[in-house]
Amino acid sequence: MQLEELSELAAEIQESQQHCDHCVRVCMAAGCQSSGAKVVFDALSEKTAESEHVCVKGVGCMGLCAAGPLVEVTSRGQAPVMYQQVTEADAQEVVDSLGGAPVERLRCPSDMPFFTSQHKIVLENSGVIDPEQIKEYIAADGYRALVHAVTEMTPAEVLREVDVSGLRGRGGGGYPAGLKWSTVSKMPGGDKFVVCNGDEGDPGAFMDRAVLESDPHRVIEGMVLAGYAVGAAHGFIYVRAEYPLAVERLTKAIRDATKQGFLGQNICETRFSFDIEIRLGAGAFVCGEETALMASIEGRRGQPRPRPPYPAQSGLWGYSTLINNVETFANIPPIIRRGGAWFASIGTEKSKGTKVFALAGRIRNTGLIEVPMGITLRDIVFTIGGGVPEGSQFKAVQTGGPSGGCLPEEFLDLPVDYDTLRQAGSIMGSGGMIVMDQTSSMVDVARYFMEFCMDESCGKCVPCRAGTHQMHALLDKIAQGHGSVKDLALLEELCEVVRAMSLCGLGQTAPNPVLSTLQHFRMEYVAKLQEHALPDGGPPASERSATPPAESQETTS
Amino acid sequence: MTDTQHITVATAWLDGCSGCHMSFLDIDERLFTLAQKVDIIYSPLVDAKELPESVDVGILEGSVSSEEDLKKAQEFRRHCKFLISLGDCAVCGNIPGMRNLFPLDAVLHRAYHENVQKNPQIPNVGVPRLLPTVQPVHGVVEVDLFVQGCPPPADVIWHVLSELIQGRTPDPMTLTRFGK
Amino acid sequence: MMKPATPSQVRVVTFKINDRDVSARSDETILQVARENGIRIPSLCYVEGLSVWGACRLCLIELNGDSRLLAACSTRVEEGMEVLTDTDRLRRYRRMIVELLFAERNHVCAVCVSNGRCELQNLAQECGVDHVRVPYRTAVYHVDASHDWFRLDHNRCVLCTRCVRACDEIEGAHTWDTMGRGINCQVITDLAKPWGESKSCTGCGKCVQMCPTGALVRHGTSVGEMEKDRGFLPYLSRMREAEWE
Ligand SMILES: Cc1cc2nc3c(=O)[nH]c(=O)nc-3n(C[C@H](O)[C@H](O)[C@H](O)COP(=O)(O)O)c2cc1C
Ligand code: SF4
Ligand code: SF4
Ligand code: SF4
Ligand code: FES
Repeated sequence: MQLEELSELAAEIQESQQHCDHCVRVCMAAGCQSSGAKVVFDALSEKTAESEHVCVKGVGCMGLCAAGPLVEVTSRGQAPVMYQQVTEADAQEVVDSLGGAPVERLRCPSDMPFFTSQHKIVLENSGVIDPEQIKEYIAADGYRALVHAVTEMTPAEVLREVDVSGLRGRGGGGYPAGLKWSTVSKMPGGDKFVVCNGDEGDPGAFMDRAVLESDPHRVIEGMVLAGYAVGAAHGFIYVRAEYPLAVERLTKAIRDATKQGFLGQNICETRFSFDIEIRLGAGAFVCGEETALMASIEGRRGQPRPRPPYPAQSGLWGYSTLINNVETFANIPPIIRRGGAWFASIGTEKSKGTKVFALAGRIRNTGLIEVPMGITLRDIVFTIGGGVPEGSQFKAVQTGGPSGGCLPEEFLDLPVDYDTLRQAGSIMGSGGMIVMDQTSSMVDVARYFMEFCMDESCGKCVPCRAGTHQMHALLDKIAQGHGSVKDLALLEELCEVVRAMSLCGLGQTAPNPVLSTLQHFRMEYVAKLQEHALPDGGPPASERSATPPAESQETTS
Repeated sequence: MTDTQHITVATAWLDGCSGCHMSFLDIDERLFTLAQKVDIIYSPLVDAKELPESVDVGILEGSVSSEEDLKKAQEFRRHCKFLISLGDCAVCGNIPGMRNLFPLDAVLHRAYHENVQKNPQIPNVGVPRLLPTVQPVHGVVEVDLFVQGCPPPADVIWHVLSELIQGRTPDPMTLTRFGK
Repeated sequence: MMKPATPSQVRVVTFKINDRDVSARSDETILQVARENGIRIPSLCYVEGLSVWGACRLCLIELNGDSRLLAACSTRVEEGMEVLTDTDRLRRYRRMIVELLFAERNHVCAVCVSNGRCELQNLAQECGVDHVRVPYRTAVYHVDASHDWFRLDHNRCVLCTRCVRACDEIEGAHTWDTMGRGINCQVITDLAKPWGESKSCTGCGKCVQMCPTGALVRHGTSVGEMEKDRGFLPYLSRMREAEWE
């Protein structure tokens, strides 16, 4: 296929969509499905089945998951209207209102900052197109980048655009994508692999799931482009089995893309071939770590191994392997379509583009957002997120999940980018963001994340396996008010050792929530320390001295 | 140690087998040299029944297994300027600590019911109550020096005391280890 | 894992370990070169002749001027690197690792068949573990005495997987593996069946000889009696390699 053919196809599809005057989009992502979107969709479809001028579409995530099921109506010549918490019973009213005045009682103000302050690149199609229809993706400029690249660009040119874009890996580490790609491309011939990391194990995070469910073709296109750029012919998408909808949509998308010739042998009648297989993960957090993930794909126990060699040097079955996150790949088609320089114009000096975050916790607008890098935490929490609910007082925002940290009020004006967050004692991570109010105890928060790391430790290396267990026990003791000054000192020492000595990122970052809460909320720990701390009545370590205290006679037996 | 010439020493055994004290006696003829430098003012090996107000060096053998062990360890900590855990039981719980793998009730039942034919009962008069878990001495009070071994060889005990007499901090790790 | 470098890529590099100039082939690891030069780096999971596992973390070293630590057993040497093997920081960290191991399972050296011949015990002494600061877990572990000749005591296992690798890579039986996550991880024979019922075990005893502690021993050994002989390994692994080529 040449670019003109693709353009013609896109135009054709767009035209066929023109016939309908009212387009009713129902969010069918997992969030809204869990609040009953399916029945709403069925009801709306049934009631409009007769009408030629109305089309009802199941689309991907619209973002404001807390207000689901969400329905958006676009009528020709009118601004779109969004409805929230729509039920089956509301369907008739919505259908009746088409062409007339909107149903005010269901209206979700789409001019609120939650929608207007976002900047969508990765999620540009999310909530707009039907993810199960490859046509819709094509009509929205999909596969343009791919056709353009394989027919008109050299792999080196594709690589250059990614390099120029300044895109950094969205899986947590923030490693420059261009650099990783060029390392793999330079590895001497033979087979190479492209792996998409969709393991997404952080508690509360669902950015990658939303992308896979709402716009699977975008990820596929990104992977094919990567394969073209680095010289790989095979790809794997590793998705956790807990994401059945994502798996279902990906499976269909791969089949459809293959049928259209965007995947498989001789893509666009060139000599370039690329196929993609899905691999299901069993939901171990550590399997998101790249070396453990590859072991899992190979059919071995999902445990990390020392790096180097990095996957780029020796990955799947010993072959050079490019591994990137779902969101990283989802950024690639627009970068190739619009140029690396365009992408680099968004964001900050060292962190380009946008980032998807999953907002959760004590915040009004929970859901999925995409914002430009460099936006302040305050804008995210208060402008987009609508701040904490009535009666609550903001206390901290947790970023980076179990590898991240908690930042208090003073840090809200920091720009969100990889380096600033790290300096402040947290990390960008993969995009989980939890807002906490005065009711959260920071010691409890640290204990919660430590429990998570302890449970998810693979058990391979000593500091993480035994260290997280000990740290959790100490946090538990302190949280229950039995801790002593000595326990706190031991906890801090363990944090240092586990961070420095662990084999993989899980152990290396497991102490982060403790360290950051100690850095910013140390008083909460100290307040919980008990002076007479040992349950069996021994004197607290803090009182020990090499000489006997003067007033010690009373209990001499 | 302010007085490098003459130091006072108190010793006690908690939950141990007295082997460490025997090893102490095994320093043989060096005991005479020691006697010129050291006053043993409280010990199962001597007659004194009261722990004096202030002691230079306290030495504890055995782990902390009963309420009495706990009291004794705390008392030693209060009265001794320098406290030594002597032997593996004191340092790591060792043999007495092996009962930690079972609930205390099960241990007592095994000892006083299952293995007894006549009139089984758990003694509770005149014996100190057992703690739910056996702890090394440093689990209940701060300890200044650890001397490993089961029992620590006499040479190590000699090294420790002679270094202390000379006002130096001994380094028993060069001579002993767990299980030595 | 690490594929052996092809001969054409191998160069001779010179670098420093603790301020001493050493030279090595570029396909060697820091630990190998240190050993060749008689420089001691504590290690537990690495054994010459088995694949690199990198799990005990005792062999971590510093590079002068770099705050990150590297595992000597899994890091290849590089020209000009300045390796420090015995800084205060490393000593402090290693001590904690050994303490964590002692607190994790139940080590009662005084009554252990490996007393006096145990690598963990020696490491404790070497790393200055005069007592264990973290609380003992005192979790209950079982002893599998079902095998005709050997015994597995989980209480003494440090999860170095030397048994797993010896069985898989040298004997070729793969009787051993690990099961469970995190602190619940343990070694298993076949599909977590008693060792005595194992269909794959050939009874060669290589795992027993490779085990650094009193976890794998011969029946009938009493306190301090279990001596291990590892002389066979370098020879067998050389023969294996030759066979692969
Ligand atoms: C414990 C652990 C869990 C991880 N989980 C994920 C994950 O769920 N998704 C992901 O993309 N990367 C995860 N990573 C990061 C990957 O190892 C790897 O760096 C990433 O997939 C590279 O892609 P990127 O450069 O596009 O970010 C995890 C890392 C660690 C240490
Ligand atoms: S740090 Fe934790 S998860 Fe990573 S290898 Fe070590 S034990 Fe496994
Ligand atoms: S295995 Fe080693 S460290 Fe453990 S009890 Fe036996 S001798 Fe001691
Ligand atoms: S049984 Fe021995 S060799 Fe096997 S993992 Fe445990 S300590 Fe290592
Ligand atoms: S010897 Fe290097 S990690 Fe164990």
